[in-house]
Amino acid sequence: MSSQKKFGLSTPYLLLLPGMGFLFTFFIVPIINLAQTSTQTPVAGGDTGQYEQTLRFQNYIDAFVENKEQFGRSFVYAILATALALAIAYPLAYAIAFKSGKLKNLLLVLVVAPFFTSFLLRTIAWKQILGEQGFVVPTLRSLHLISESTTLTSSAFAVVAGMTYNFLPFMTLPLYASIDRIDPRTLEASGDLYANGFTTFRKVTFPLSLPGVVAGTLLTFIPAAGDYVNAAILGSPQTKMIGNVIDSRFFKIVDYPTASALSFTLMAAILVLVTIYIRKAGTEELV
Amino acid sequence: MRKISRWFQRNLIRIYAVIAFTYLFIPIAYTFAFSFNDGGKSNLIWKGFTLSNWQNPCGAPEVCTALGNSIKIGFLATTIATILGTMIAFAIGRHNFRGRSTTNLLIFLPMATPEIVLGASLLSLFLVFKINPGFWPTVIAHVMFCISFVVVTVKARIASLDPRLEQAAMDLYANEVETFRRVTLPLVAPGIAGAALLAFSLSFDDFIITNFNSGTMVTFPKFVYVSATRGIPPQANVIGSSMFILAITIVALGQFVGRKRKVS
Repeated sequence: MSSQKKFGLSTPYLLLLPGMGFLFTFFIVPIINLAQTSTQTPVAGGDTGQYEQTLRFQNYIDAFVENKEQFGRSFVYAILATALALAIAYPLAYAIAFKSGKLKNLLLVLVVAPFFTSFLLRTIAWKQILGEQGFVVPTLRSLHLISESTTLTSSAFAVVAGMTYNFLPFMTLPLYASIDRIDPRTLEASGDLYANGFTTFRKVTFPLSLPGVVAGTLLTFIPAAGDYVNAAILGSPQTKMIGNVIDSRFFKIVDYPTASALSFTLMAAILVLVTIYIRKAGTEELV
Repeated sequence: MRKISRWFQRNLIRIYAVIAFTYLFIPIAYTFAFSFNDGGKSNLIWKGFTLSNWQNPCGAPEVCTALGNSIKIGFLATTIATILGTMIAFAIGRHNFRGRSTTNLLIFLPMATPEIVLGASLLSLFLVFKINPGFWPTVIAHVMFCISFVVVTVKARIASLDPRLEQAAMDLYANEVETFRRVTLPLVAPGIAGAALLAFSLSFDDFIITNFNSGTMVTFPKFVYVSATRGIPPQANVIGSSMFILAITIVALGQFVGRKRKVS
């Protein structure tokens, strides 16, 4: 191409340099620094918050053993929220892609619209709606669906529900994008070949929407696993996730090495899970 | 009876969509309703209808300080991230070069890293260099996590362009700069605008990374989080609701302008 001759090979690099330099300095370097911090030990006789560089990998084992419950909970909650979000979002994305007609653009805007009200305000709104002073609990109690002592907030249920709600648009948009790309004629063809609705879905629609399923589940699972806001607002001390631990290690206990070791373990665990998942799902082209 | 059941069957998925949207909008309706609550400082129980919160959104002064900070950070971070990200998107979308897959990986990684890790690692870097968390560290943090989203959005737009349009411009004796300025850039512009809007909303709503890097500076989400335990002043609901209305208006205007252009 003539453009490459004229500008030479350096054009792409010049375009990349500022942005990639920024990402290198403020993303890669901090991650390396985090790895260093994670093996530090307290200065003997120093103040709290003073650490020296050692190579104490035992930090990782200590941090994990001490917090394995919260680790487990983070992954269980995140997987539950992802599965629920997928179940809720798939029919919705399908409806928008195939059944909305002229309303399509409007409905897409409506999916994103919740983002425009601060997610903290929305989470707190849920807390108040599901709380003792909201209308849901008294209604359920008067219908004897829940006992007098049962509460909906401060529970694992509330935390998972909050995460499901907050990450739902992240699930719906990629699902919509790949369902919308399906040629409706392939579905008709399947019907012509005597497949019933369910078989068509299982053999045609779902496989074709798989890239959206993979992207949506990742966009939900990754932030959910590291989340601590839902657990802090809607949960109780018994529903603490690893994010809550990292947060309090950093700010309340100024235990930087443990916080760093936990962050690193979380990131590694997520990357391993995500890699296995992408391999299994068979779509390597994500970005 | 049979008619009704058939109608239900045919419209099942539409009924489902209505329920799903109701679910999405319950907390927003709640936030909006409670912006009219005469609740004083703690907005937990409905006490009566008032317009005073809307007439005086800065009645709780901390709310407006926090909002101001969020807007300033949002604008700075969006501008920087959009410029840097668009440049990267053009490099990836329009050029073949060594290290392309590494670049793609480096763009993907920040999106695949939990926010708490991004926030914690950046804070630990600032601590090493004895930089106090505050306004500029927060701007840097926001640019960092917004860049990838800008790149992905703009890249998608570039990929969807018809290359024949640029070839046509060249055939009509436009040089490269002219072609870029008069054909490529206007065609990519909606993608860039969308990316900027996305970056702003990500920045404006961010809590976790901000909480790590902002020190004592309060942003709007931080204000909401901190005051959650003792009750949020209804003015916060006013701001949440107006942001919602504002964003919907911008999107609607964008659609309208887009449609008008297509017609003319």
